[in-house]
Amino acid sequence: MENVNPEQSEEPGEPQPPERGTPVGRRVLLGTIGLGALGVVAAPSLQRALEGFLGAAADKDPTGLTGLLPNGGGFRYYSVASSVPHKNATNYRLTVDGLVDRPKTYTLDDLRALPQTKLVKDVQCVTGWRVPDTPFEGVRLSRLLDAAGVRAKAGAVRFTCFDGTYTESLTLDQARRSDILVALRMQNKDIGHAHGGPVRLYVAPMYFYKSAKWLSGIHVTEKVEPGYWEHLGYDVDAWVGRSNGRDDDPTS
Amino acid sequence: MTLRAEAHTPPATEVRRFGPAQKWVHRTTAALMGVCVVTAAFLYVPELAELVGRRELVVRIHECAGLALPVPVLAGLVSRAFRADLGHLNRFGPHDKVWLRAALRRDKRRSQRPAAKFNAGQKIYAAWIAGASLVMLGTGLIMWFTHLTPIMWRTSATFVHDWLALTIGIVLAGHIGMALGDPEARSGLRTGKVSREWAQREHPLWRP
Repeated sequence: MENVNPEQSEEPGEPQPPERGTPVGRRVLLGTIGLGALGVVAAPSLQRALEGFLGAAADKDPTGLTGLLPNGGGFRYYSVASSVPHKNATNYRLTVDGLVDRPKTYTLDDLRALPQTKLVKDVQCVTGWRVPDTPFEGVRLSRLLDAAGVRAKAGAVRFTCFDGTYTESLTLDQARRSDILVALRMQNKDIGHAHGGPVRLYVAPMYFYKSAKWLSGIHVTEKVEPGYWEHLGYDVDAWVGRSNGRDDDPTS
Repeated sequence: MTLRAEAHTPPATEVRRFGPAQKWVHRTTAALMGVCVVTAAFLYVPELAELVGRRELVVRIHECAGLALPVPVLAGLVSRAFRADLGHLNRFGPHDKVWLRAALRRDKRRSQRPAAKFNAGQKIYAAWIAGASLVMLGTGLIMWFTHLTPIMWRTSATFVHDWLALTIGIVLAGHIGMALGDPEARSGLRTGKVSREWAQREHPLWRP
C-alpha cells in the first residue's frame, strides 16, 4: 500500500459522505407507516388472539400489570365528569318520576329490601374489552317501573346519574326486559365507587356504556332522549353484536 | 509575542453541533410529545383516570397536541441546517452497519462504534419515531372523526393506537434514558455546542 494517497490514508475506511449513503431512514419511516396500516387491517384477528392470551394471563397475574396492557382483561375506569361525589347507605337516593302515577324515592336499604335477581353474563365494552361471566345482582328495573305505575302515553325511560353529567336512555319495551337490573352488587360484592356504586344500571344485552354508573334518577318519558355518549356518535339501541358496527357475540 | 497571539486565538475546543432551528424543533416536538404522553396516561391508566376525570377535556388536549406534533418538523424545513441534518439522519453509510452489528452484540468498544454526525441508533430512532407518530396521527384521526370511516375502522384504529402508544412509551423512555446518561449530548442540544474531545469520542467520523 505504498502508493496510497496520504490524504486518503489519514482516514482508513473513511466512508462516503453521508449524503451519498443509502436512504435507510426513509425506508424505516415508510416501513413503520406500512406496518401501522397493516396493523389496522389485521386488528380484528390480532385483537381476538391477544384478548384470549392476555385474559388467561390476567387470571394468573398477581401483579395486576396485565390489566394495564391494552385489552389486558378486566374493567377500565371511564368518567366523563371532573369528580364524582361518594354516596353510601346514608345519603344515596334513587328517584323514579316522570310519566308515572306514583313517583317514589328509594334509599339503598329500600332497594336491598326488594327481591334481588342475579345474572351472570359477559360484559362487552364498545371499545373492545370483554369481561367473561360477571355476576350482577339487584332489583329488576321492570319491578320499579311497575311499582310506580307507568302511564299509557309513556314510551321511554331516561336515566340520570349523580356524577351530574352522564345520562342514558332505553325504550319502555327494552326497559321492561327481565335482564335489565338496577344493580347493587357486582362480582359478588357491593358495587364500589370506581365501578359506579353504590347503585348502577346493568343492561345485560347491550354495550356497557348503556349500564350507567352512579344511577340516581329514573324518569319515564314519552320519547327516547339520546344519552351522553349517544350525542357523541354511539348507537341508542346498543345491542351487543348488532350495533355500533361491531360483530361481538351477544351477551344476553 | 507569539505566545500571546496564540493565547488570543486558542485552538477551538468547542464545535458547533446544532443551530437554533434544530434546537427549537427538538424543544417544541418534545413538549408536544410530553403533552401527548401525559394526557394519554390520564385517559388510559385507571388510577390516573379516576384522579383526573374530565374525559372530554383531556381528550381535547390530547387531540390538539397530537395534531400539532408534526408542525415543528414541517416548520423546520425552511431552515437549511435542519434539512441538512435530516439528510444526515436519512443516509446510512457502511460505518452504520458496523455500529448496528456492534450494538446487537452489545459490543461497547469505541472502535466498533463508528459514527458521523449521528450514530446509526439515533438515525433508526429518528426515522421510527417519525413513522410511528404519523401512524398515531392517522389512527387518532380515525378515532376522532368517527363519521368519516366505518365504525369497524375505529375499533381497529383504537387497537393499533393503544399498542403503538405503549411501544412509543417504552422507546421514548429509552431515548430519554440515554440522554440522561450523556450530559454533554444534552448540553449540545441546549447550547448548540459540544467539546471537540466529545465529538471525536462519540462521533469520530463527523467533520463539523
